[in-house]
Amino acid sequence: MKEIRIHARAGQGAITTAYILGEAYFIKGMYAYAFPHFGAARMGAPMNAFVRVDNKPVRIRSQIYKPNFVIVVDFTIMRSFDCLAGLKEDGIAIINQREGVGIPKVKLKQKIHIVPANKIAQETIGRPLGNTALLGAYAAATGEIDLDILQQAIKVHLAGKKQEGNLEAVKQGFEFIKKNV
Amino acid sequence: MKEFLEGSQAIAKVVSLCRPGVISAYPITPQTHIVEGLAQLVADGKLDSQFINVESEHSAASLVLGGSATGVRVYTATSAQGLFLMAEVLFNIAGMRLPVVLTCANRAMSAPISIWNDQQDSVSLRDSGLIQFYAENNQEAVDLHLIAYRLAEDKDVMLPAMVCIDGYILTHGIETVDMPTQEEVDKFLPRYQPPYNLDVDHPLTLGFLADPDYYMETRFAIQETYKEIVKFMPQLFEQFSSAFGRSYNFVEKYHLEDADKVIVAMGSVCGTIKDVVDELRKKGKRVGLLKIMVLRPFPNQQICNALKGISRIAVLDRALSLGSIAPLASEIKASFFGKKKAPKIISSFIAGLGGRDITKDSIKEIFRQLNQKEITGNFIDLKPELLQAPLETTLGNRSF
Repeated sequence: MKEIRIHARAGQGAITTAYILGEAYFIKGMYAYAFPHFGAARMGAPMNAFVRVDNKPVRIRSQIYKPNFVIVVDFTIMRSFDCLAGLKEDGIAIINQREGVGIPKVKLKQKIHIVPANKIAQETIGRPLGNTALLGAYAAATGEIDLDILQQAIKVHLAGKKQEGNLEAVKQGFEFIKKNV
Repeated sequence: MKEFLEGSQAIAKVVSLCRPGVISAYPITPQTHIVEGLAQLVADGKLDSQFINVESEHSAASLVLGGSATGVRVYTATSAQGLFLMAEVLFNIAGMRLPVVLTCANRAMSAPISIWNDQQDSVSLRDSGLIQFYAENNQEAVDLHLIAYRLAEDKDVMLPAMVCIDGYILTHGIETVDMPTQEEVDKFLPRYQPPYNLDVDHPLTLGFLADPDYYMETRFAIQETYKEIVKFMPQLFEQFSSAFGRSYNFVEKYHLEDADKVIVAMGSVCGTIKDVVDELRKKGKRVGLLKIMVLRPFPNQQICNALKGISRIAVLDRALSLGSIAPLASEIKASFFGKKKAPKIISSFIAGLGGRDITKDSIKEIFRQLNQKEITGNFIDLKPELLQAPLETTLGNRSF
């Protein structure tokens, strides 16, 4: 079983990100369970979404405390909250780049990828919503999901112009990792 | 067809496949996505139903009462405080013998306000006359709605039924669900044929005054119906299984065969318990789970048979009966009273109130505490540091 934890602020699309990621694993033929955890239930409050994936139906329903992978949609959360808490010894973190927030120290085998996801999103979608670019980076950095499967999952959830922009964003996120790692 | 769906979307889809003629609801978290989904289907012309927005849950329940009384299949959904605003009407629906089906997206009761999950809301309505089902996952949530309609509308039942699904964990949980087709649902759940209904050409009064000469028999009749339900429900489960290939029963036995420690629980936490049981079994521990899927009618006989000869039982409640033993534990104990092969120990544990996460460690802690001494109402994962101050200031200065 692989466990993924997504950090964002309420309203930044963490649930959709988890949904698309889970959908991609579903298309791949695996079982996923994607779910949110709300804190204060208001816009802007830090919140989590989680994805668990396995070859058999996922039964465990608790939150994720020791993730294999972490995706940070809003780096500013790191100022007051340790998004990497519990990350596995060989875990991988995909973080949305943000000026003025220092890169966290990690353990020897852990990997951190800082991705200019909002910049990619601004250019491809026209809004600084880096979620899908981060998913592209996730696919490339972890090797868990093929780019085309991720794009299929995006097609399930987004239509029209949004779909077009996000398909490009996910591709650029993917390529950013391929070029820089 | 297998789809990757949010629990609420899956429920909205299956309810629409049941073709309810009247849907009425008032929004409350975490239930809202379900009726939002249904409202969308109606607005898109994909579901031919009257969707009626109302100003409160009391009105929503009254609306579906009225709809059902006219002989139409109806649906509503709610959570926590909303369910309690419905409660007055729900007793009426049961008393009038109307087959309303509703979903309870389980949420903690206020105060203090909590939008998060426990099962205090639905469990507290155990005496209302509602048939109650509890789902472990979203597949069960979908399937139990089909079973609920079939059972509620059976001419020999004619009682409301409630499908309880853990708020957020299932309502907002996205996973693979095998959705039935319209043809399959139509075949399993034909058009509702009311044995009686409001009709101006054949006037009828429902729920009218029953003085002391009559009232008690109406309650007796419901109680008798519940005894009947227990007898013929296995047939219904059987029919569901041959139609959809998935088998259910009042209870699900998980590794009980040689177990000496078993947890009894309801709802989504059963999935976590199953993972812990597998883990502990690999280490040679003889542990198991008994999942309760039907709280009303309470399947005493099935529970006693399933737990026969097992020495230690832990009952996990996600609800309280404040001032007494937890509700499920109390009923399990009552089931065994006077029985020869009763477990030596039936301990009671409380966990997961107001959305406190129940982890694998929480479940392991319950198995650990399930030893030679019977425990009544131990709270798992309690934070003693939050209790210290108020206890000192109130209890410490008090002389009884």
